[in-house]
Amino acid sequence: MSGRPAPAGAAGRQPHRARAASRAAGGERTTPRSAVRLGPRLSSLSLERLLRAGPRPEPAPLPPARAETGALTFGIVVFPGSNCDRDCEYVLREVTGVQTRMIWHRDPELGALDAVVLPGGFSYGDYLRAGAIAAVSPVLGAIRRFAEGGGLVLGICNGFQVLCEAGLLPGALIHNRDARFHCAWTYLRVERTDTPFTCAFAPGEVVRMPVAHGEGNYFAEPATLAELERERRVLWRYVDARGEPSPQANPNGSLHHIAGICNAAGNVAGLMPHPERASESLLGGTDGRRLFASMVRWLLERRRG
Amino acid sequence: MIAVRVIAFLKPGVLDAQGQAVQQGLEALGYAVERVRVGRAFELVLPEQDWEENVRRMCERYLTNPLIEEYRYERLGPAAPPAKGQDDP
Amino acid sequence: MNGELSLEPTARDLAASGLRPAELERVRQLLGRMPNRIELAMFGVMWSEHCAYKHSRALLRTLPSESPHVLAGPGGNAGVVEVAPGIAAALKVESHNHPSAVDPFHGAATGVGGIIRDVLAMGARPIALLDALRFGPPHEPRARRLRDGVIAGIAFYGNAIGVPTVGGEIDHAPCWTDNPLVNVACLGVAPVEALASAAAREPGSVVLYAGARTGRDGIGGAAFASEELDEHSAERDRSAVQIGDPFAGKLLIEATLQALATGGVRALQDMGAAGLTCATAEMSAAGGTGMEIDLDRVPRREADMSPLELVLSESQERMLLVVAPERADAIAAIYRRWGLVAAPIGTVIAEPVLRMRAGGRLVVELPPACLANGPVYALAPQEPAARRARRAMEVDGGARFASVRGARAIGAGGAGLIASAEAASGAPDEALQALRRAWLALLAHPTVASKRWVYRQYDHMVQLRTVLAPGAAGAAVLRLLEAPPRGLALAIDGNARYAWLDPWAGGALAVCEAALNVACTGARPLALTDGLNLGNPERPEGAWELAGVIEGIGAACRALGIPVVGGNVSLYNESSGAPIWPTPICCVLGVLDDVGRALPSAVREPGDAVVLLGSPQASLGGALFLEAVAGEPLPAGQPLRPDFALHARLLALLAEAAAAGELRSAHDLAEGGLGVALAEAALLGERGLACALPPPAQHEPLEVALFGEGPSRVLASVPPACYDALSARCAAHAVPLVRLGEVTAEPRLRLRTPAGELECDLAALRAAWQSEERTR
Repeated sequence: MSGRPAPAGAAGRQPHRARAASRAAGGERTTPRSAVRLGPRLSSLSLERLLRAGPRPEPAPLPPARAETGALTFGIVVFPGSNCDRDCEYVLREVTGVQTRMIWHRDPELGALDAVVLPGGFSYGDYLRAGAIAAVSPVLGAIRRFAEGGGLVLGICNGFQVLCEAGLLPGALIHNRDARFHCAWTYLRVERTDTPFTCAFAPGEVVRMPVAHGEGNYFAEPATLAELERERRVLWRYVDARGEPSPQANPNGSLHHIAGICNAAGNVAGLMPHPERASESLLGGTDGRRLFASMVRWLLERRRG
Repeated sequence: MIAVRVIAFLKPGVLDAQGQAVQQGLEALGYAVERVRVGRAFELVLPEQDWEENVRRMCERYLTNPLIEEYRYERLGPAAPPAKGQDDP
Repeated sequence: MNGELSLEPTARDLAASGLRPAELERVRQLLGRMPNRIELAMFGVMWSEHCAYKHSRALLRTLPSESPHVLAGPGGNAGVVEVAPGIAAALKVESHNHPSAVDPFHGAATGVGGIIRDVLAMGARPIALLDALRFGPPHEPRARRLRDGVIAGIAFYGNAIGVPTVGGEIDHAPCWTDNPLVNVACLGVAPVEALASAAAREPGSVVLYAGARTGRDGIGGAAFASEELDEHSAERDRSAVQIGDPFAGKLLIEATLQALATGGVRALQDMGAAGLTCATAEMSAAGGTGMEIDLDRVPRREADMSPLELVLSESQERMLLVVAPERADAIAAIYRRWGLVAAPIGTVIAEPVLRMRAGGRLVVELPPACLANGPVYALAPQEPAARRARRAMEVDGGARFASVRGARAIGAGGAGLIASAEAASGAPDEALQALRRAWLALLAHPTVASKRWVYRQYDHMVQLRTVLAPGAAGAAVLRLLEAPPRGLALAIDGNARYAWLDPWAGGALAVCEAALNVACTGARPLALTDGLNLGNPERPEGAWELAGVIEGIGAACRALGIPVVGGNVSLYNESSGAPIWPTPICCVLGVLDDVGRALPSAVREPGDAVVLLGSPQASLGGALFLEAVAGEPLPAGQPLRPDFALHARLLALLAEAAAAGELRSAHDLAEGGLGVALAEAALLGERGLACALPPPAQHEPLEVALFGEGPSRVLASVPPACYDALSARCAAHAVPLVRLGEVTAEPRLRLRTPAGELECDLAALRAAWQSEERTR
């Protein structure tokens, strides 16, 4: 039985808090500080219709010509103990179609790259705190400069932990609520689609990606959480099959059921679920590859114009 | 050289899932325990000069995550210089 | 090292070595002198049962180990088979039973680490783990603590090192309460030309130590593994337990694969049981050479380690390489780049002698072949009369079930589950009620119940190969990225109830079950690695069990054409005088030509036909039913022995039918027989079933038909359009096919029996099957 989320306004479903608040206040939907215009802009009317209708089948994005995609280079950072670096490299090369380069944690410079991916794993054995030792690696200086220059940086699982420890994203990832490692498919709701990481999704779309972590419980102080919600920097939220957030649907106890966020400028994002594990139908789902496709689409549009 | 011990715990208000799990285990073993917190201890041997400021900086920047952890430290006393190390042959 | 310590062995050294007087005398004869205390300790570990396989080696040699696909057979770090042109797979299973009894977390973790390194030592990248675990009944606190510790240890190590745990099995019985079993299998992949050897053949080669520093972990661990556990073991033996660091393990994998890629590595071995002693002895013996080792150059964690400690240490995450001299620096640099230590500690010499020096003083001088080849003992098997009597008990006859009809379920929550199911069903008939109670009791039994709560703690997706994840089928299916669209299937199985009653059958049936699980995914079985866990072989019944199990495995492997490429034997598994049930574990590797056609266990499409393929025979001999429902304290009856010819035809049929798309799903029948298989297939697919039991043999009680066990039986679902083609294929292969009914959309299982319609809601079945999850 397929699960379509209940339409907006049905009992129990809360419209996105920020939108509701601003509409109630009579104001326009607020845009983040670094508004990056991406793709076709939806009128507020069509947006309402989308939200009411629930998730649509995967929108058919115009695939960029292979030659164009192949002109992009994504770097994948390898820390001692990274496990998913080769997985990310494989998907980016074979499925997404970009050039790839592995970046060693001691490299002081990144070289010419269009995007940087910090993959999952157990960098430094998760010793001290997950991501803490990697966060002081030499390569982080280069990643910081790359991000400050507007480069795209994506942290997956341990990569997200590294970005938080390094201060490139707010908050921290602590032990899962039940103190256990969880490896399972989860539903996520894509909260906004005008970012470099989500522009190939439909607003409010419910997608499936797997998690595999023991320390994926997102924590931030109330003021930070409020800011994240207000600025719509929560990009992915844990939900059930119907698209509703709930404690049962939350695999780790993350505050606000947060699965992934972005920075204020919108060019650095982190998420605990593994999009590279949801990029081929043979392995159980393809929603994840649209995250990488979003980055490609955004980069190519930026190049073009 | 002096020896310093640093103890770090999660801040109150941050979920201590490990502490809860450990408490459940103790209860399963038949002990009545009111609360358990799981923290971390470091023992550092470092030069005495400016030790306190250095330890604080180490804690703030690296040994702990100030967003979620709080720490305290104590000077243990003088430490013997480290034995001739086992360098890689 | 301070001063000149005496190397003269003391009485305490002699006792601690674990060598018997006859063995010591043999050493003296081989050397022409008494060994010094270091040499004595080295013989003690190398000639322990764990390292030398003294009681099993002769019999293990009788196992078939060759086939056109086998590239490396038993005797090496792992077995190797070619799975695609130019692509090899390395496979091995190892046990870590005794350490897990003392410290379940670290014992299991280092078990995982050790088997990963064995596969790595063949030059292969480890890509999957499976574990076969045995514990006492989980309602007992001690057994529960061991179980939870072992699972946490496997998760801790496997997840961090980035090798997915893709399958396994867990069984429970009182015999394993104080002596749990932890058998871990590892699969690796490598291009054929990249495979590594463990033989140091070229004099002048540099002996390079790489990995973690040497500490005092597990000193004498191998000897300890050969002794029996008693109630004081926990405290005394804690020092013998090794601590593993999966982070270092991961670095070791990457550095070693890079080192191998330089082409400068001539031989490779991991330092596992008996550490440096074993690696140097075995590499020299295999190459017909010797080594000069300078113990002062061994990187150590603590400054004051004695030569004895250095040679015996079982510190984890260490490899020993034999490299071309001109490449030694570059290879060491690779390890250092990954944050590991690497140090040349000696050279290979032509003379077949192992010499070790410390502080300039010669402390060890031994012929490697003597160390590496311990004595071989013959067994004096004798079947215990009590066992024969249990086997002879009549379990399939109707008279036995007058008392069974009233049996209540055991286990946590059993009574409540059954009461609610009865309330939901409303069927008045007492016989049907009893059958439903039995059904739920079996589903709730820890051996059968869903293990989802276990494998959710394992990362089973890392490396992007897992096509059929844990729980989806009886075998894990991985894609072979090196040779698409091929796939690899892996199953691990073993039934100690059968083996206790009839060791030959236990061995043969373990092979059959693992091979069938592999075939149910559509794969062709290619190779097998076995883990044998038994009690004391010096006792007549222990010898009888060991001999029987090996003979049964051999017979099955020969008949099915599956070579044994390696394995493990763990003996002296007892606690407080009582031996464990003999537990043969077989891990079978199979190949799928098109991994996209891999078959799950779950039924899926309403309207599909549900069929029973294979043998029509079932029996309660050795069946879980007797224990779980009838309350028998020990296994009873004769487990059905396999018809190898039929089994082989069934394996072939499944591979062909799957490739032809004639099957939607396939699920082998195991513990709990047809009743459990029907429920599992329905629960996994979240579909209902409407079936009728095939007409039972005359006077056969329904319990036998529903819950009886036996080999060569598969529950499959078939797209209606393919039914005729499948039927014809079964006839051509002379494999019986019986149509039971069909898959339905309603969440209910309906089974028509001569006693009436047996029904149960999926929800009630699920509540029983997942009852363990509710306690977490």
